[in-house]
Amino acid sequence: MRRVVSKAPLKPQSVIVLGSGALQIGQAGEFDYSGSQAIKAFSEEGVRTVLVNPNIATIQTSEGMADRLYLNAVTPRLVRQVAEDEGVDGVALSFGGQTALNCGLELEEWFRDTGIQVLGTPVKSIRDTEDRGRFNARLAEIGVLTARSIVCHRRDEAREAARTIGLPLMLRIGFALGGKGSAIVDTEAELEAALTNIFGAHDTKQAQVLVEESLRGWKEIEYEVVRDRENNCITVCNMENMDPMGIHTGESLVVAPSQTLNDEEYQLLRTVSIRTIQHLGIVGECNVQFALSPTGADYRVIEVNARLSRSSALASKATGYPLAYVAAKLGLGFTLPDLKNAITGVTKAFFEPALDYLVLKAPRWDLGKFQEAGTRIGSEMKSVGEVMAIGRTFPEVLQKALRMLDIGVKGLDSRAFEFEDRDDELKNATPRRVFALAQALREAVEAGRVPEAIEEIHDLTRIDPWFLHGVAEAMRTEAEVERGGWPIPEATLERAKEQGFSDESLEFLTGRARGEARAARRAAGVGPHIARIDTLAAEFPAETNYLYSTYHASGDEGVGLPAGDRRRILVIGSGVYRIGSSVEFDWCCVNAVQAAAELGFETLMLNYNPETVSTDYDICDKLVFDEVSVESVLDLVEKERPDGVVVSMGGQIPNRLAMRLHHAGVPILGTSAEDIDRAEDRNKFSALLDRIGVDQPRWAHVTDVADAERIVEELGGFPVLVRPSYVLSGAAMSVAHEHHELARILRKAKAISPEHPVVISKFEEDAREIEIDLVANRGEVVLWAVSEHVEDAGVHSGDATLVLPPVDMTIPTLGQVRRIAQQIAKELRVTGPCNIQLLHRDGIVKVIECNLRASRSLPFVSKVTGRNYARAATRIMLGADPGMEHRPLYELEHVGVKVPQFSFSRLMGADPLLGVEMASTGEVGCLGDSFHEALLHGLVATGFRGPKKGVLLSLGPPRWKHRFVRTARTMAEELGLKIYATSGTCRVLRESGIDATEVARVRSEQRPLGAGFDRPGPLSALDLIDRGEVDLVVNVPVAFDPEGRPDGYLVRRRAVDRGVPLITDPSLARHVVTALVTHGEDGLRARAWNDFLET
Amino acid sequence: MRPARGGIRLHLEDGAEFPGASFGAALDQPVAGEVVFNTGMAGYVETLTDPSYRGQILVLTYPLQGNYGVPPARPEGSIEGPFESGRIQVQGLVVQHHEPRFSHHAGVRSLGAWLAAEGVPGIQGVDTRALTMRLREAGTMQGLLAPAGLAPADARKRASAVEMRRQVFEQVVPGAPTRYGPENGPEVLLVDVGAKDNIVRSLISRGARVHRVSGLEPFAEAARSSAGIMLGNGPGDPGDLQDLARELREVMEWFRGPIFGVCLGNQLLAMAAGARTFKLPYGHRSVNQPVRDLVSGRSFITSQNHGYAVDEDTLPASWEPWFQNLNDGTNEGIRSLDRPFRSIQFHPEAHPGPEDTAYLFDAFVEECAGS
Repeated sequence: MRRVVSKAPLKPQSVIVLGSGALQIGQAGEFDYSGSQAIKAFSEEGVRTVLVNPNIATIQTSEGMADRLYLNAVTPRLVRQVAEDEGVDGVALSFGGQTALNCGLELEEWFRDTGIQVLGTPVKSIRDTEDRGRFNARLAEIGVLTARSIVCHRRDEAREAARTIGLPLMLRIGFALGGKGSAIVDTEAELEAALTNIFGAHDTKQAQVLVEESLRGWKEIEYEVVRDRENNCITVCNMENMDPMGIHTGESLVVAPSQTLNDEEYQLLRTVSIRTIQHLGIVGECNVQFALSPTGADYRVIEVNARLSRSSALASKATGYPLAYVAAKLGLGFTLPDLKNAITGVTKAFFEPALDYLVLKAPRWDLGKFQEAGTRIGSEMKSVGEVMAIGRTFPEVLQKALRMLDIGVKGLDSRAFEFEDRDDELKNATPRRVFALAQALREAVEAGRVPEAIEEIHDLTRIDPWFLHGVAEAMRTEAEVERGGWPIPEATLERAKEQGFSDESLEFLTGRARGEARAARRAAGVGPHIARIDTLAAEFPAETNYLYSTYHASGDEGVGLPAGDRRRILVIGSGVYRIGSSVEFDWCCVNAVQAAAELGFETLMLNYNPETVSTDYDICDKLVFDEVSVESVLDLVEKERPDGVVVSMGGQIPNRLAMRLHHAGVPILGTSAEDIDRAEDRNKFSALLDRIGVDQPRWAHVTDVADAERIVEELGGFPVLVRPSYVLSGAAMSVAHEHHELARILRKAKAISPEHPVVISKFEEDAREIEIDLVANRGEVVLWAVSEHVEDAGVHSGDATLVLPPVDMTIPTLGQVRRIAQQIAKELRVTGPCNIQLLHRDGIVKVIECNLRASRSLPFVSKVTGRNYARAATRIMLGADPGMEHRPLYELEHVGVKVPQFSFSRLMGADPLLGVEMASTGEVGCLGDSFHEALLHGLVATGFRGPKKGVLLSLGPPRWKHRFVRTARTMAEELGLKIYATSGTCRVLRESGIDATEVARVRSEQRPLGAGFDRPGPLSALDLIDRGEVDLVVNVPVAFDPEGRPDGYLVRRRAVDRGVPLITDPSLARHVVTALVTHGEDGLRARAWNDFLET
Repeated sequence: MRPARGGIRLHLEDGAEFPGASFGAALDQPVAGEVVFNTGMAGYVETLTDPSYRGQILVLTYPLQGNYGVPPARPEGSIEGPFESGRIQVQGLVVQHHEPRFSHHAGVRSLGAWLAAEGVPGIQGVDTRALTMRLREAGTMQGLLAPAGLAPADARKRASAVEMRRQVFEQVVPGAPTRYGPENGPEVLLVDVGAKDNIVRSLISRGARVHRVSGLEPFAEAARSSAGIMLGNGPGDPGDLQDLARELREVMEWFRGPIFGVCLGNQLLAMAAGARTFKLPYGHRSVNQPVRDLVSGRSFITSQNHGYAVDEDTLPASWEPWFQNLNDGTNEGIRSLDRPFRSIQFHPEAHPGPEDTAYLFDAFVEECAGS
């Protein structure tokens, strides 16, 4: 008998948990889920938890989670200080993504010297998985195959390696998250371009690159594996990417379990997974990624993530197996057979889930939000969110998932998009490839040549024909419904619903009005049923209510009246994360559920986002993991008859259902649907403001392009803000500074008509934006907090740096804001949360917009003030008191600053410029005794590093050049920075006696098109950035830039590509310099949120 | 899913009916058998050819079946995988959704076409989850696959069924004794009452020579020239194999080599040792059954397919439980304290399922080589 038993580690008393920081591409909400589960698992065992995570919008950074919370950067220096101050004896590195892992690796020696135990997987094993050379060597020791590859540190080495292995090749950079910096190269020229990107134009950059055989077209399969310290191992789930190798798994459509693997292949990869993690010595959870040959049982291990990952969050939701929770327990020394299966309550955590359904994950992209960003998807991750659909056939889950993306499609809609070159679209994927598949197969159905088409599409895409058959199946039904007309024959109707067609889609295909499909299927008795996820395919009864709906089930599970006389509420979740709506709304929903549970309500949660805490089945009494649409909510409400439905906590998606649900007789909690509409409808809201005498920027509808110029005149001239009211997806708002620009924007807005007008409003310059978040009870404001933007008006509120309490606002102005908010709340009879955005300039306050729902800043406001607005709002909506006293802003002895996180570096080519369209993917919120201390904490937490060498200034409009002189002087004299400036800026600085070196932005040969002027000087801005001469770039664009000013763009982009901090707002730049001078990056100290709030 | 899209029905003993559509072989004659469910998500070729399912109607709980098709038929006499015997063993197959458009490099025909070729009827469109919950709650039941128009009573009379006391074994035992594997390897006597072919493959791949004989014939003579004895899996109720158990008891008195039992082999060894077996409410049929080695403390995920279990309390003093099921605590293996005799209830040969306990074959073949 082999017996492998390591000594049980001593259970730590106090553990520091490292979080993942702000949401960014490649590292998103999944780590709120994993960190929250870990904290719960530790606390249950009596272990004290200390969390370091600046992401203020998360559940894990909420009261009642960690014993001690530090809202600051996860950097070695600050983590070490916190660990010392708190006297921890254990550290958890694997729950905060790559950020936590990298920080932990840097502190390894210090942990060892101070006797702080690294829980779970040993650091040595982590290093084995992170360093690709080491990784391949370790796996070779046990005969496990990895892709043929050679580690290179120089260009000539890489060239040599490329010759040895042969094109096509995959180039990867070590220690990167989300596949950043990896590329497939097919030709010599592509290879050289990629190497230039990696090593720099003059081979000056230090880098490690892995030159690897390309496995494009192989199946991409993942296994989630768990191992305990006694070597017990399980694979919780496997997953198959519909998009084969070559497209990052974060960019792929992914199904679980695998669909096209036979038992031999399934077990081959399973066995290799287990052997691999046993050999590496993982303790806890890890993810093993494979390439599997489509023509034989040949495989390569691509990588092992020795930590919780996006895939592990997905696997947890897909199976009901709480991976992060179990991994945390294993880190404390428990073994798998010690732990219970949380779903059944009777069986053990040592088992492998059996699914009697399948799930599909689909990514959500927002590439249209970024100017200049490429639209191709590939080996780098660009998506910003994901959805998971549950069902029992492939067409069903695919159609559900595509609707969940909230991109305006009704499912696998063959007419959703037009393609100029469909074959190119199929071959070189963009986010719309799946619709190109649908369209091609729909045509094939009509032409009676589906098998041939599948072969052709397979040749172009390498997608396994099994998936293509599934799409073709749906297209056959689409054609049949369309041809068959109305009423849809019952058998066709049933099949369509089983294949995931929505009522709306059936109405569209048959030309019927809204509601007719629902009525028809009710008459025919065709409806969905609720089924349970129980981890064991019904082999054992489940104690939990983790549910989904499907037309394949023959009866309902988990449906029934609440126990006793409990009343029941349904909270509708936020759906897919996208730019502008992410973890903050999950925080609101979870708090709503918890508040309702405290008041004795039975709680139902409806959501479909696998990277959330709200979709943990232990958060509520019943979790329905399904679509959020009028159809799905009505189906659910008919079965469960909740006493009230909360639509105001999950952001736009649930909020915009309010009116239709209300008309269908669904009891909406809080502010009435009519009043919500009065705030959302521009005309009604504007009239309301006029009636109560509240000022607003002037605006008008444009229904005809010819009227635009006249309307701008009436509004008081340029600049104006232009906002199309009908947007399918992508960019919407923009600012026009003069006629040509306006004309260009209106051309892009396409179909302008009385049904689809464009709103033009006066754009207020040099004003400051403010936000008030409030909770009201029947129109009486109960709690309120005002935050101020640091940037000038014109930056989207989601991209702005927010400070609370405001620091640049007079008491009378604050009074005005408070009075206006109360007037509006009264007028709209607000019961629940409300957010109003305003402008102020010279003591004049104007209202921009009002949302009668929880806002993006609600968790920030709640955690800075120590008053949980989401809970208070929920209590009030349920008829209870708010449960807390308002805390006046002047009583706060600290300042909170919210700083946006951008992911421009992952979006190749995107212009990192801020404007009226939101571009940030996440945010942090930090506290300090002063504004500047909190600001600096926030900046450091979003990756900003203070400059040590030089700064490049390019200050745009003349007024800013002059206003910035003092700041520039401080940079030179107090921060000791060498100042480089572009010509105009340099002239102004020199006139003021500042020693500045003039540089051209770009040398002519550096321009892609060679256009523009050449400036004197041996160095260009791009050269400075490339050579590392500057470690801060302040680039303020001129207001109007008809040609898109390629030079400024090139400079901004180069700063992002080279990882040099970039600031494009002059107000923010001034404050950053002040913060660096008064505090200094190295002088920052972490302080617990708990201590701030006690003062 | 709503009832009756034409076609056929699954009737359960308790009166429940599950309508669905026919696939595979046409249901010319109703078929009857014990209805059992398996929760594995891949591996239908291995499962359907596992002789332990002889006489039963099989429900697969994973909703999509047939995705990767079926490989070509193997030649007569071959023991090549993924087939575990020479034919489909079940009376009928119940699935939620049959996928006729398979895709796999090794697949040449659909699951439905294979069933049709072997004369086995299938029913699809059944909410297999609802059916499984019913079987879980009421226990395994007799069932009947019949055309929708036929009354259950009539169908029962006309149904073809396997007689489960004797006939079931006769249908799965090998004909003439056969030898497999390297001639110079230690000879293992496989006492076969429906053993999966992968037991043979697992032994020969480790260097053993396998002498496969029918468990319904006397085997003591053959045992005299064998280095070890392997007791394979099989269908039916072990209680109906008293003759085999008696002979095994006699052999154990003089046999010096190792004896290793799998599944039914575990029950036979227990019976020979003097212990009793009992019927589980709905059996263990899946590839995710957790067991713990009570000696080493290690736990493993195993593939299982059995409706009966050994009653540990009836084991004599010279024997001890070896493995235990972590889900329901039932026995998963026994071993003699003084002889090299041991057996397990699960399937270390996998096919389908995890290969984590394949090391047990290593140990057995090594012992055979040394004895």
